[in-house]
Amino acid sequence: MFSTAKSLRGQLQSRNINRREFLQFCSMLAVTLSLPLSYTKSIAAILGQGKKPSVLWLEFQSCTGCTESFTRSDHPGVAQTVLESISLDYHEILMAAAGKQADIAQTAAMKENWGKYILIVEGSVPTGEAGVYCTIGGKPAVDVLKKFAEGAAFIVAVGTCASYGGLAAARPDTTSAKGVDQIVQGKTVINIPGCPPIGDVIMATIVHYLLFDKAPSLDAEGRPMFAYGRTIHEMCRRSTQFAEGEMVAEFGDELHRTGGCLWSQGCKGLVTRNACPVMRWNMGTSWCVGSGHPCVGCADRDFWDKLTPIYTTTV
Amino acid sequence: MARIVIDPVTRIEGHLRIEAEVNNGALRDAWVSGTMFRGIELILKDRDPRDAWYFTQRICGVCTAVHALASVRAVENALGIVIPENAQLIRNLMAGMQLVHDHVMHFYHLHALDWVDVTSALDADPQKTSALQESLSSWPRSNSKYFKEVKNKLKTFVESGQLGIFANGYWGHPAYKLPPEANLLAFAHYLEALDWQKDVVRLITVLGGRHPTPNFLVGGMATPINPDNVRAINADRLALIQQTIQEADSFVKNVYFPDLVAIASFYPEWTELGEGLGNFLACGDFPLTNGLYLPGGVILNRNLADVEPFASQKVTEYVTHSWYADPASDNKARHPHEGETIPGFTGPKPPYEYLDVEKKYSWIKAPRYEDYAVEVGPLSRVLVAYAKGQSRVTEMVDYSLEKLGVEKPALFSTLGRTLARGIETAVIAEELSTWFNELVDNIDKGDYKTINGEKWEPDTWPREAEGAGFAEAPRGALGHWVKIEAGKIAHYQAVVPTTWNASPRDAHARKGACEAALIGTQVADPEKPLEVLRTIHSFDPCTACAVHLYDASKHEFSKINVPG
Repeated sequence: MFSTAKSLRGQLQSRNINRREFLQFCSMLAVTLSLPLSYTKSIAAILGQGKKPSVLWLEFQSCTGCTESFTRSDHPGVAQTVLESISLDYHEILMAAAGKQADIAQTAAMKENWGKYILIVEGSVPTGEAGVYCTIGGKPAVDVLKKFAEGAAFIVAVGTCASYGGLAAARPDTTSAKGVDQIVQGKTVINIPGCPPIGDVIMATIVHYLLFDKAPSLDAEGRPMFAYGRTIHEMCRRSTQFAEGEMVAEFGDELHRTGGCLWSQGCKGLVTRNACPVMRWNMGTSWCVGSGHPCVGCADRDFWDKLTPIYTTTV
Repeated sequence: MARIVIDPVTRIEGHLRIEAEVNNGALRDAWVSGTMFRGIELILKDRDPRDAWYFTQRICGVCTAVHALASVRAVENALGIVIPENAQLIRNLMAGMQLVHDHVMHFYHLHALDWVDVTSALDADPQKTSALQESLSSWPRSNSKYFKEVKNKLKTFVESGQLGIFANGYWGHPAYKLPPEANLLAFAHYLEALDWQKDVVRLITVLGGRHPTPNFLVGGMATPINPDNVRAINADRLALIQQTIQEADSFVKNVYFPDLVAIASFYPEWTELGEGLGNFLACGDFPLTNGLYLPGGVILNRNLADVEPFASQKVTEYVTHSWYADPASDNKARHPHEGETIPGFTGPKPPYEYLDVEKKYSWIKAPRYEDYAVEVGPLSRVLVAYAKGQSRVTEMVDYSLEKLGVEKPALFSTLGRTLARGIETAVIAEELSTWFNELVDNIDKGDYKTINGEKWEPDTWPREAEGAGFAEAPRGALGHWVKIEAGKIAHYQAVVPTTWNASPRDAHARKGACEAALIGTQVADPEKPLEVLRTIHSFDPCTACAVHLYDASKHEFSKINVPG
């Protein structure tokens, strides 16, 4: 099953991670993907294959928050190994090479994996003024995106900016910022919105592709159903308080300190779809509502304009 | 003279480009350009000032707490809100952990590959590596078996032929000086730090809900304290915070700082290179009941004997060489509130080969302090604290200089910048416990207050208000200015660390800190300018931050204060 030393399995062994832990990790991914646990073995088998899939990661009008979130992926020691089980062939924040050397590395990775690599895009793409608002190596972001997209097996737009235009596209949208699927045609674009999205959701989406050679089930906005199939409110433990009308009247009051509902403080969980209440953040440590702050709806399309002001009840 | 271009500059946040003239293997001139613009200033206009922290936090997802912090401070300053002591401590804990986290990741994941040749680690003797580790600290992962495993892992990785992020690095470059064992040690810690960083940020997750982009709140913190409730900060949550502080402090003391000193000792020449301006600015941060834990101040021409207080009124900006259509600021630096700025790209039409550096060449503006170009960041903070006699910083500086066998002027250098980052990390990682204990003492006394909600509702605000908030971001001094009219943001402005450091030239052709620091850099191979990256990375630039926030309105500002 785990035949080569290059496989993830081999890497796990070299990291002193035993089979039980590995299967636990696979179960975690299976749960994330809403797959039956019987898939655990399939996941283990696929991730154990030798050749690492090539992943190219581009940033445009971004803040690097999505990369940061991906770096916080769960399950210590193993997520990192999964990072190593993909071949991250281009990522400007992490790669050793710069300038010309980065360009050479990028060209080589694209040529070798043409038609097969996974393209991850972070940040919006400015289309105004012939692309002057974001250039890489002197080239406009929109041209860079099109070039990389052409040879991609599929594209993952991470974050609200790459999915929908996000912050830069908020009014007045000086730079005419766009999401990836507004620019790239004829390719599967998976949107993983959130400002940022949960790192494990990005990871699980990639794993799904490796498992089944296709994107996970997507909704009409291109979002994976496993993570965006329900609203925050449906999964929130404070929905009981919502039903009972136990609303926080002001931050710091008794109900705030005993876990009352934050709808009255502007919470947008009623309309926002994301996995936060179930997966939570940073090894399941907490999430916005869990630490007393309303959900602002950061994974929602156009949330910057339509779900603000943050502390006003609009939904 | 040959023109070299580095674009993209990698292992930094954002989109940065360097053009330089090289003659006889040395940089004679350099131009630093930020090549991305979003226009967040215009987006903020007319919004609820209580939302500003959320928008400005997205200026940068790396130093992910500090823009939010400067923003809530600016709004609180404008509205005259004094936050409860617990909120102050919680903010110190979050910003402190952010600084520690950010600096450690910068060292291992962004900067280390400038000094560490990963492929050379394949020649390391695990036993000697173990001996090296044991000579440096009492870190438990030190036996030869462990280093053998790491080496095998690396070997397997390299032999796979899929080098991923390590592909086409500068491996084998003559500027690499570490012995194989030190390279293996550093590579092992590169991986350990990746695990460590996920753990320690949970302090921020507990207090702010998530990381990156934790939650803040105007008037305090939204995090409720209630020892008797599972949906609030209780004993369990405090125990987790304490655990992360211990993990952070231990890693910094036993791994990061010793590695830094050990690596630095192989590169003594870099204590004499890459100084730059000799002018340093810190706004100071970590407010306590009796002042700031890290003091603010300005040092000019290396003169540590004379630290003048930081006064934000003295900040002005030029756009002589920046892509903004504000002719009045081309020739005369103006206070951020006085300028009228509209993005106006006048560079070559992309795709382009070279920028026209005689004209405008960057989206980054050129801030000046009393018309001086200055440097901000860890080195500035450490020098100001040292000059002002901050006791813990002074001890750490003296200890570090002695360890490396160098004198104080060695701090004015590329390596000095990198060393200062480690010094302040050690100081802050240690101080987190103090702030944590104070928070626990308050809770023990029954003080659960984290919010001052007296001026939460807009109907309690004056029709017009203005204020400023400052924070020491990991990359340096950060200022946010806000003007509120009829409950809405009328004007918002931020001057951020990389605007100072990666500033283009001003009307008098004076260079910014990074540009100045690069002059004279010797490059062994202009095709592989590793030496340039060392100095650039020593500043830890963040370009998403640097590209300017600006508002078109003209306002006079008077209410300016330091954090707290």
